[in-house]
Amino acid sequence: MKKTKFYSAHEKANAKIVDFAGFKMPVQYSSIIAEHLAVRNSVGVFDVSHMGEIFVRGEKALDFVQYITINDASVLVNGKVQYSAMCLEDGGIVDDLLVYKISDKEFMLVVNASNLEKDFAWMQKNNNFGVELSNESDDYSLLAVQGPDSNKTLQKITDKKIDLEYYTFMFAKVAGIDMILSRTGYTGELGYELYFRGNEEDALKLWDAVMEAGKEFNIQPAGLGCRDSLRLEMGFCLYGNDIDETTNPLEAGLGWITKLKKESFIGKEKLLSVKQEGLKRKLVPVISDEKVFPRHGYDITLDGKKIGTVTSGVVSPVIDKAIAMAYIDFPYSSEGTSINFSVRGKEIPARVTKLPFVKK
Amino acid sequence: MNVPAELKYTNDHEWVKVDGDSAYIGITDYAQGELGDIVFIDIVPDLSEIVGGESFGTIEAVKTVSEMFAPISGTVIEINPKLNDEPQLVNSDPYGEGWIIKVVLTEPSQLDALLDSQSYKELLG
Repeated sequence: MKKTKFYSAHEKANAKIVDFAGFKMPVQYSSIIAEHLAVRNSVGVFDVSHMGEIFVRGEKALDFVQYITINDASVLVNGKVQYSAMCLEDGGIVDDLLVYKISDKEFMLVVNASNLEKDFAWMQKNNNFGVELSNESDDYSLLAVQGPDSNKTLQKITDKKIDLEYYTFMFAKVAGIDMILSRTGYTGELGYELYFRGNEEDALKLWDAVMEAGKEFNIQPAGLGCRDSLRLEMGFCLYGNDIDETTNPLEAGLGWITKLKKESFIGKEKLLSVKQEGLKRKLVPVISDEKVFPRHGYDITLDGKKIGTVTSGVVSPVIDKAIAMAYIDFPYSSEGTSINFSVRGKEIPARVTKLPFVKK
Repeated sequence: MNVPAELKYTNDHEWVKVDGDSAYIGITDYAQGELGDIVFIDIVPDLSEIVGGESFGTIEAVKTVSEMFAPISGTVIEINPKLNDEPQLVNSDPYGEGWIIKVVLTEPSQLDALLDSQSYKELLG
């Protein structure tokens, strides 16, 4: 198991550590719910250094990114970030990712830790453009500072004014360390992600500076546990739970990033035919007023018949209701449809709703 | 790890506190720590009897769901009413305010088969 460069800070903060995607990662410090609410109400700090950073460099960097991802990267200007995905020829999702345009000749692709090796191999295999592909994941650390007080926290220790639009980034020094400072996150809150190359000393210096700057807002370290409940309240997909190689982006509700008019990209033909034939099932948000905790793998039923499967679920710490994402057979997937969670043989009433579960 | 000396324990990390001919039952400090944030306690509806070794409900925590097995047999006289609104009491005070169920013992001899605090500590290692 690898340790991130923040590891000793987690130990010091009494984190509960789990093995995740090859890393020793903090799953919680005090309590998942308390950390969740800290991010919604003030500010929380996540070590997400396990994420993968792959750089694409060369004359044809844009052509490569256009071919390997499903969103339209040609609309990006320097300093812009885009949510995207890579698909197989058969439309299955290899991974979802963020595309950072640094220049016409340089992009940074941020991928899931659990898929890093697979993704890098997939990119190399499909590099018909002569670009340089560089996996710099071990060099980069990533700290996410998320919550309504995140701007005020970071501004104190940043050498430039932080006035970023959502999904844009800039280069700046935070705590004296060179960063890619990006207004992105996985929580639905105002928030930033800080990418930097540095040793453990730099990481701990940054950690301490952020914790000190956020003290007046009661900043909390936040673990992977609340990262999951926060993203689920927004309905953001989690690879391995909601999407994988057996799901396509159209049924996963990622039609908005699937640019079928784009000239050519891996999976395009298959996705066009999926669209033409119509969806068989759809990933939809489901809510229940009952006392139930929906979990990955639970059946969705109607009149005793299975019509779907829960892919992610939680009791929302903010609205205190059971919320879930589930693939449901298309005829039952429209908003307002009454369905059931099947929990240990019992049918618990629920209904298809709309996103986000928690309004921001 | 808090393991009060006066209680009896099971291998499933439950505790029993004998009070005359009745007993309180809950989960141990270790168990609540492993479960993490408890969201609700789901007791079998209309529960009147528990049978040693059989499930009488589930504990739903953010991370996972866990079945509760009766450490002993008994007639149910009370289910902790506070846990409906404050299930987190099981996290914050597992041996006190976070007790789960109270029964009249129907087979008191079963108590002899439970672990004392020393043996439970050894189980935790």
